[in-house]
Amino acid sequence: MASAHTIGDKTGAWVGKIGRRLLLLSAFALGLIVSETGWLQDIILYWPDIEYLAGEHITLVLVSGGLAILTGVPLGIWLSRPSMRRISETLMQGLNIGATIPTLAVLALSMSFLGIGTQPSIFGLWLVSLLPIVRNTYIGLKGVQPALIEAARGVGMSPGRILYKVELPNALFVIFAGIRTALAINVGTVPLAFLIGGGGLGELIFTGIALNDTGMMLAGAVATAFLAIVVDFIVAQIQFWAIPRGVNPLR
Amino acid sequence: MITLDKLTKVFDTPNGPVTAVDHVSLEVPEGEICVLLGPSGCGKTTTLKMINRIISKSSGKIFIEGRDTDEYHEVQLRRNIGYVIQQIGLFPNMTVEENICVVPDLLGWTRDKSRKRARELLEMVALDPDSFLKRYPKELSGGQQQRIGVARALAADPPVMLMDEPFGAIDPINREVIQDEFLKLQESMRKTILFVSHDIDEAVKMGDRIAIFRDGQLIQSDTPDNVLAHPKNSFIADFVGSDRTLKRLGLIRVRDAMEHNPPTVRAENTIEDAVALMKENGHISIVMIGPQGRARGCLRLAEIEGKKGRVNEHRSSLPTTIDINADLRSAVSTMFAHDLSWLACVDSDGFYKGYISLKGITHLLGETYRDQIDPIAAQGAATS
Repeated sequence: MASAHTIGDKTGAWVGKIGRRLLLLSAFALGLIVSETGWLQDIILYWPDIEYLAGEHITLVLVSGGLAILTGVPLGIWLSRPSMRRISETLMQGLNIGATIPTLAVLALSMSFLGIGTQPSIFGLWLVSLLPIVRNTYIGLKGVQPALIEAARGVGMSPGRILYKVELPNALFVIFAGIRTALAINVGTVPLAFLIGGGGLGELIFTGIALNDTGMMLAGAVATAFLAIVVDFIVAQIQFWAIPRGVNPLR
Repeated sequence: MITLDKLTKVFDTPNGPVTAVDHVSLEVPEGEICVLLGPSGCGKTTTLKMINRIISKSSGKIFIEGRDTDEYHEVQLRRNIGYVIQQIGLFPNMTVEENICVVPDLLGWTRDKSRKRARELLEMVALDPDSFLKRYPKELSGGQQQRIGVARALAADPPVMLMDEPFGAIDPINREVIQDEFLKLQESMRKTILFVSHDIDEAVKMGDRIAIFRDGQLIQSDTPDNVLAHPKNSFIADFVGSDRTLKRLGLIRVRDAMEHNPPTVRAENTIEDAVALMKENGHISIVMIGPQGRARGCLRLAEIEGKKGRVNEHRSSLPTTIDINADLRSAVSTMFAHDLSWLACVDSDGFYKGYISLKGITHLLGETYRDQIDPIAAQGAATS
């Protein structure tokens, strides 16, 4: 165990070192390209648009992602209950198949039911981010050692208390991993929502493509990528600090 | 006190009903450890888990302290029963302190009271509270984890404990240590304990009584010495092992097997007196004691016969002595190690209390077989 740890730590440090160098190198290359092509000026030209559309973009992410967490986690918990054993696997298979439908198709479908605008966009995005959350909640809870649950029953905890005090804390890391994946997908999918009138940074990207305006397209794409990194960073920080040390492999 | 009355469990399987526990009736007196022993699949664990209703019973009654447990809600019942399992089951998301305080918190103790109790318990299981209270289970060794597991079960001071192979996952050296520690604790706690094990040596060591199961039935429930000396049938004889008589050595203390008030001589006695004393008792050696009664040396008949003088001039030193509180296992081992057929038995202050001989031990172990015909031997004799 101890030796595995040190090897892991060494590899981690090594990867970290390479990663930092690559990051520096790519930042340098990016700066070179930007200054050579004059794209930076183009992007700055669109700054007011970026600000406004990023606001829309973030709203879409927060609302659809938040809804996905609020519904996905309870759904995962419900599916993991012993009384659901008979149908839970079938339902999970159903959700898995649902996940193979291309995101664009999901948005198109929600448009055909709910029309154009923010509402169908949120619905489509919610559906897309739901699966990783449900699946990780379900797997995380199913993966809690049976001995822990037996011990919890043995000391006289009620089923609700076992869920709240033992099962959820021990599944939290896996659940958070699901939320992280879901939000990463969500942020990356929001640009498509522009196609059904949802707004967001997709407006710059798709208009830029249509007008063959690389600067405009990049203004949207770079901002989206930056948002994705920021969101992932925030969730990672929450994951690191909110999960107790005893069940957090990162700490 | 725990009383089981015709306790039965029938599992419904696709191949029809299977009786896992079949009309088991058993009584564990207040303050005793009863070990449920048997091969895997014999129903011992199922029996244990029916008591705190981790597994529901099919029929029969369970009484704890004289009260039918059906009267309690299961959550209420479990909070009053200490439960230790082989996988330990410490909650990884909680610190050692939080783990120990789980039951007190459920019972609504004040924080001060429960945290104080956690410190007290850690000291009881021989762990330093200051360095362990704030640690997480993953930061502890297996042996330390199981100590915490025991502490957690003891937290609310339940009168009854259920232990399901609690020391099974611990390495043999640590297991011995924890077993000894637990027995020492039990001396002062006097809990009523049901203890599941598949290891006859552990059962003999831990149990005041041993209940041996086979195919869901309770075959024999008796003291460890009786189980070893008088196995009820060949299954039990096989299960406890062909060296079962040797295992009994570990159960008997030297004080119970030695010859009390043996003849002794003092330094100032004459050799003639010593020889006369030995001949009178039919002994070939005699122990010389000091003025207070401590064993000082010995005289051998063959060496001193016909010689003159005082005992002091002819005595030889005792090669070794044995403490009267030691078990016969170590006594026999000492005899073999020193090539002796007898040992002088002394108490912890060195006072000479008696002697123990190989012949005496053989006689004692054989006695139980002679006063009651060994059913296994009788079976063997009948078939041959």
